[in-house]
Amino acid sequence: MKAFSVLTPGSYTTIQDQGRYGYQQMGVPISGALDTFAFQAANLLVGNHKNTAAIEITVMGPRLEMAGEAGVAVTGAEIGITLNDQPVEGWKSFRVKPGDILDVQQVKAGCRAYLALSGGIDVPEVMGSRSTYVGGKIGGYHGRVLKAGDVIKCGEAEHPARAREIPSDMIPDYPAEIAIRAIPGPQDDFFREGLDIIFQSDFMVSTKADRMGYRLQGPKVELRKGAPKSIISEPTMPGGVQIPADEQPIILLVEQTVGGYTKIVTVISVDLPKVAQATPGDTIRFKKVSLETAHSLYQKQLKKMQDLEEILARQ
Amino acid sequence: MQDGLFENARYRIAGDRGLLIEYGDVIDPDVNNKVRSMAMVMAQDAPEGITEVIPTYRSLLIVYDPSITNPVKLQEALKTWEARLDDIMIPPPKTVEIPVCYGGEFGADIAFVAESHNLTVAKVIELHCQPEYLIYMVGFTPGFPFLGGLSEKLHTPRLETPRTFVPEGSVGIANDQTGIYPVASPGGWQLIGRTPVKLFAPGRPNPFLYQAGDRIKFRPISAEEYARISEQEEDQ
Repeated sequence: MKAFSVLTPGSYTTIQDQGRYGYQQMGVPISGALDTFAFQAANLLVGNHKNTAAIEITVMGPRLEMAGEAGVAVTGAEIGITLNDQPVEGWKSFRVKPGDILDVQQVKAGCRAYLALSGGIDVPEVMGSRSTYVGGKIGGYHGRVLKAGDVIKCGEAEHPARAREIPSDMIPDYPAEIAIRAIPGPQDDFFREGLDIIFQSDFMVSTKADRMGYRLQGPKVELRKGAPKSIISEPTMPGGVQIPADEQPIILLVEQTVGGYTKIVTVISVDLPKVAQATPGDTIRFKKVSLETAHSLYQKQLKKMQDLEEILARQ
Repeated sequence: MQDGLFENARYRIAGDRGLLIEYGDVIDPDVNNKVRSMAMVMAQDAPEGITEVIPTYRSLLIVYDPSITNPVKLQEALKTWEARLDDIMIPPPKTVEIPVCYGGEFGADIAFVAESHNLTVAKVIELHCQPEYLIYMVGFTPGFPFLGGLSEKLHTPRLETPRTFVPEGSVGIANDQTGIYPVASPGGWQLIGRTPVKLFAPGRPNPFLYQAGDRIKFRPISAEEYARISEQEEDQ
């Protein structure tokens, strides 16, 4: 059914789900929601499966005219939301009806917000996913960002009768100084002092920060004497911290498949949402953790999502 | 032992979901064949908890679900397979013919490539169509093949200023590499021609025509044939 039409699109608004897996070996990046926690929370609030396609909003949100009855929730970055000019809160579900005007404004803290609708955004699956990959012009709405005049559909669904909300202690805050945990490698052996520099310095997020990666500015992360400046191209992982020729780190994200520069450390999975919420000018400080610690944090995060599903189902 | 091939695979930790395995430290067909064989074996019989297997020039990345497996378990599994590699049937690589209309509006830099090497344009085309190029890796954009085997007579540096827009199907040269842009993107390779064949068609049951380890042979075509194949591709 018709869900909404786009009055103004916002700065970079796309349809995303959990990502497109199995095709990285063909040069197709995984794409998908960058802040997986906020994305999944938005879906759970409107009674969807946690990985249902939703809208990813970047910095400036869209203005939408709703076309059907549905449950809606906006999560992630702290952002002004109005429904027919009346403020509504984030991290809580609310109902909309045809003709309602939903306006998502500009972020106050954080970078990305997620808008989920009961029934999920209905666009064709492309290679197993509805995620938009703008570079490859696939997925989402015709493989591109939303534009004014687009009419978006959603699946038919029973939305929860009562409003749901995320418990306040589970809502993250988005400070301008961000601690991000990382594991050394895959090429930590190419560095010596560089490892001290990466774990002991503040790096500023530059304006070159998008779904491909975040370029940082700070002290030079020098390669060990005699280490080659580049490597034979190899696959990249979201979270890999690449050191290019100018020795300024880039945190690689979900729209990259291969690269020929060394990766000194890799951000742990549960901290990738923090990267997704960083904006230009924010400060990042990397904190070293072991693989074992990262794996136990991963398990804890899974448990936290299960708990959240149960809490919301009871509301 | 073959040149360049490590006696024992080397492992690198690529975050909490990635295990990178290196089989050599050179760009070499034997090393790449080992990578391809291991990737194929894993595709046939993947252990639980593997979400992606990504072969590149000399390394293989395994992306895993840490709630199911971990690098210690994966390394054990890999050793078992490596031992069985000789007994397992690996399908032979295929050769894919790619028709290319060289020069003109499709290959704006072919005259530059020819002049740089004191060759005629016809000779550039002949040299470019001769080899069966090995696809070492697919990446950068969907279906972009990184090919080995370009004639030394055609090695040409990248453009000093990359183009902001390279059309879909463009065939280019960058130093000792040649490749094809399956989707329009920015790019700095010297463009010598264009193929009308859709190398990435997300709507097809198999969106791709080849994978890493296969081979590509270019065939020169006229502008008329380019137009005819283009039409057929559109109809599909």
